[in-house]
Order: sequence, then structure tokens, then C-alpha cells
Amino acid sequence: MYAIFRKELADQFNSRRFVILFALAFLAAIFAIYIATQSIRSEVTSSTEFIFLKIFTTSGKNLPSFLFFISLFIPIIGIALGFDAISSERSSGNLSRLLSQPIYRDAVINGKFLAGLTVLAIIIASVIAIVAGLGLRIIGVPPSSEGLLRLVVFVLISIIYGAFWMALAVLFSIFFNRAATSMLASIGLWIFFFFFMSVVAGAIANAQVPLGSNPTLEMITRNSEIAGAIARISPCTLYGEATAALLVPELGSLNSAIMMISTLTAGRMLTPLPFSQSLLLAWPQLVSIIALAAICFAISYIRFMRQEIRSI
Amino acid sequence: MGQVIVETSDLTKTYDGFTAVDKLNLGIEEGEIFGFLGPNGAGKTTTILMLLGLTEPTSGTAKVCGYNPTREPLQVKRIVGYLPEKVGFYEDLTARQNLKYTAELNNLLKKEAEERISDLLATVGLSKVADEEVAKFSRGMKQRLGVADILVKEPKLAFLDEPTVGIDPKGIDDILNLMVRIAKKGITIIFCSHQLPQVQKVCTRIGIIAKGHLVAEGPIDRLGRQALGSGRYRIEVQVAQPDPKLIELIKNIKGVIDVSGAPESLLVTCDTDLRSQIAKTTVDSGSSLIGMKIEEFSLEKIYKKYFREA
Repeated sequence: MYAIFRKELADQFNSRRFVILFALAFLAAIFAIYIATQSIRSEVTSSTEFIFLKIFTTSGKNLPSFLFFISLFIPIIGIALGFDAISSERSSGNLSRLLSQPIYRDAVINGKFLAGLTVLAIIIASVIAIVAGLGLRIIGVPPSSEGLLRLVVFVLISIIYGAFWMALAVLFSIFFNRAATSMLASIGLWIFFFFFMSVVAGAIANAQVPLGSNPTLEMITRNSEIAGAIARISPCTLYGEATAALLVPELGSLNSAIMMISTLTAGRMLTPLPFSQSLLLAWPQLVSIIALAAICFAISYIRFMRQEIRSI
Repeated sequence: MGQVIVETSDLTKTYDGFTAVDKLNLGIEEGEIFGFLGPNGAGKTTTILMLLGLTEPTSGTAKVCGYNPTREPLQVKRIVGYLPEKVGFYEDLTARQNLKYTAELNNLLKKEAEERISDLLATVGLSKVADEEVAKFSRGMKQRLGVADILVKEPKLAFLDEPTVGIDPKGIDDILNLMVRIAKKGITIIFCSHQLPQVQKVCTRIGIIAKGHLVAEGPIDRLGRQALGSGRYRIEVQVAQPDPKLIELIKNIKGVIDVSGAPESLLVTCDTDLRSQIAKTTVDSGSSLIGMKIEEFSLEKIYKKYFREA
């Protein structure tokens, strides 16, 4: 397996794909820094404890934050690294040659997946490091040790999230013979989850608990709960919530209505949660993403192991 | 001939209701070039895939060098090389890098592998382009690289699946010569093809498969005579101004079984090669002999005959 891993890794690094992905991620980083420096002053009000993390979450007037960018790019990177993993081997005539070598069949898929994961980790970690480094230089406030810890966990979650999309793309590359079909299927699923899932969730919630013209607090909370529960089917929502909990320590609950109400009723700025509590808040989301990635990989693995090499 | 290296008994493969290979019994001996003949879709590739352990047989068993490919695929793959029909290489790697990767997958030592790869590239005539990307290679070059690729692991047995398809005549000759040279090194070759003249050129023994059945197996000359009317020779005699009694006279030659056709062009069936006797008889009878042709058993005839039967 080591031979396959090494070759795949070398292939990835030598490919134009890697250069393009890296350039894209790098651009996002620069752009995010620009936005953050433009508007971070207005964001910082009372507490300066987690000012460093604000680099990642601050958005401009009409410009999205780094967090938004990266949640957009990670699926693209993951899909780009995995969508032709098996189908390209098959269509180029390499697969049957490869499988007639004295290696276990799972070495092929494991090696490919690990190589993709390594590349993914390198891209994500370096982009976040670039943003952190530049941010440090520009705002001049070093992160607290807790802020750093949150950042490390954020990197880990991002890598796992990317691994999920890569596993999904690999899965499609096993099921579909054409790389283009596999890419379209992955991207289609991503678009659905990223753009439409919240709309669908909102519509269902509104049908279940119509808010009418004069809703009670209880109804608003119920509505928000239902919408949240449905939206959490989407890995995009899971990732968004998990990262928000980590990078915005003030966030006390992932239910937006409860957050809003508690802010209103408390009538004060919310105090930041300790790291362990934020992690606890993000824990279910985190586990779900890991589980989704594991399920996708497991299906790919089983399917690939059982797939017959056919002459026709 | 040596011992049996590949043996199948009642090997069967069914793909959702369609029987690709049906109770195949095959025996291939060490050191021979075995021609595995059959039209497209007859089950040749499926048989090979089962022998390699890449596909599981529905029923029946196979033995390759004493190993069961379904249970011990790794042992089989260590000593068997397989050149698939549509062989492909990593296009952005050079020929040498592609072979190195194969060597790595076979756990060869680096130094040993490098020497062997250089030797092999020379053997298949690709030394000059060894460090060029495979993307630039022609189909014939890729096939030759494929032959080098299977030799990297120094196999005992090599499966070549349609190695000559889509190659120009010069390239075909190269591949065929290469096969003969490899066989001399003691590597058993199974050559799958439907290109009859090529099979006839290099193979010592053939097996013909049609619709999943093995319809004939044996040395080419024996199969030939079988196909041409139960082991007999057929001689065509062309005569000008034939003597009316000529047919009778030829029939009287010892060993002649049957004479048919028009008096100007007779078709004589006999047990042995009786050309000289027939010539003498014809000339003695006063007819003038124009020509005589012994009907060669071409593989094409054998092939056609078995396919009509199948």
C-alpha cells in the first residue's frame, strides 16, 4: 500500500489540479484577510479576548467572511481530489493491470484515499496558517492559548469535512464509469446541501408550525428547532454549526432563535464560553461529520472490494 | 512437454443469467505457447480473469501453478503476468517510471529492479524512449511496454489478451517475435486472439472457445486434419483433356478413399500424401496434368468449422 500511497501523492503534487486548488485557496485567504482588516475595527467592541479568532469570522458589509469562503472551498477541494480516483484508473486501462499485481485490492483504495487526505490536509492547514500569520501581522494581537486551541480544532474539523466530500466523490467514482458523471453527481449533491437544504428546512418548518402574524415565543422556538433539525441532515450545516461554535466563543446555543431571545432578554453582551463548553456544543456535529465520512468510505470500500473486473 | 501449469475443471461463470464461460476444462503445459482462440465475447477474457482471481467463478475450479486463484490470488499474481486487452499506463509518467511502479508493487529491490527494467526496455526495443512520457507512445509501443511490464516480475506464466489488436503489421511482427523469445526463456504464454494467422505462426497448441464452451483443443496440425474430414488429406488435381477412365484409375490407387468433382478438376481424398502416385497415374493414362494442390489445413478452416458446429 505504501507504494500506491507514494505514487498517488507524487501524482497529486505534480498535477495541475493541485496548483489550481492551491491558488484558489490562497486567493480566498488573501481576500478574507482584506475583508477582515477592513471591518474588524467595528466588530471589536468590549471583549478583546478572542479578537484573533475574529479574523476568520468577520465579514464586511457585502462581503463574506473567511469562514464562508472556506466552507465553500473545502467541498470543492475534496470533490476535485476524489472524483476520478477509481474511474480514471478504469478508463485509462490501468485498473486491471494494477489489480493483476500481487497487492491486496484494498491497498488501491486505501492508498488513494490516504494520499488525497494528505493533500487535503496540507492545503487546508496551510491556508488557515496563511490567514493566521497575515492576520497576526496586520492586527498585531497574538492569539491566546485557548484561541490557538480553538484554531487547531477548527483545522481538524475542516480536514474531516473535506474528507467527507472526498469520500463521497470517491464513492461516485466507483459507481460511475465516467469521471464527468461522478463529478456532476458530487457537485449536484453539494449544491443541494449548500444552497437548497436551508430553504427546504425552512419550508417544512413553516408548514409544521406556521408563524402567522403574531407568533408566540414558543412557536418561534419550535419553528427554529424543526428547521434546524432538518437542516442538520446536510453536512454543510453541520460544518457551519461546528465551526461557528468553535470560532465564536460567545455563541451559547446553535439554535438561532434561542440565541436571539437570550440576547434580547439578557440585554447584554454574551460572555464567551470556555473551550470545553464550545467543544461540547460542537461535539454532535463533529461526530456526525466523522460518521458521514466513515460511512461514505465504508460503502466505497465494500463496493470496490466486491466489484468484479469484467471483460464486457 | 513439461507438467501442467494451468488446469480448470468445469469452470463456469454466469453474469446475471448470461453464461460467459460454461464448464470449461482446460489444461496447459509448462513452456508452451497456447493459442486461446475464439470470437469476441466467447469468454476468453472472462476465463483469464478467473484464472487470475480477479473474478470469482460461479462454479468449478481452477489451478494455476498449483494455487487456487480464488483463494490464493496473491500467490497467483506473484507468478503470473497479465497484459489486458486495452492496456493503459500512467500517461504523465515515463516508460521507465511506469515499470518502476510495477516493480515497487511487486516488492522488488530498487537496484535489482532498475537493472531489470533497463534490460527489459532494451528487449522490447524501447530503450531510446525510456524516459519519455507514455502519452506520446503509439499503440504498438504501448503494447510492447505492456510486455515489458509483465516481465518485470519475472513470471512463470503470461496471459496476453489480444496483444496485436490495432497495431500495424510491423508492430504485430515485433510482438510475435517477442512472444517467441519470451517462450524460449521458459515462460508459458497464453495468447488470446481471434487473429488466426498470428496464432498459427507462434502457437504450439490451441484451444478454441465459442459461447463459453471449449470446442477443440490440441496441436494445430491435428486439429487441422480433423477439421478437413476426419484426419485425411485432400488433393486437388487439375487435368487437361482428361481420359474418361481417369477417375476409375485414381480410385484404384491404394489409399484413395474418394474422388469427386468435374473431370478437369478432381478432388481426391486419401489417407496419406499420394501426390506422386496420382501424378504418375494421370500421366500414364494419357491425360495432361496441369497442376496439383494439396489442400493445406489453414487455421481459418478449422476455426470456421468449429464455429459452424458451436
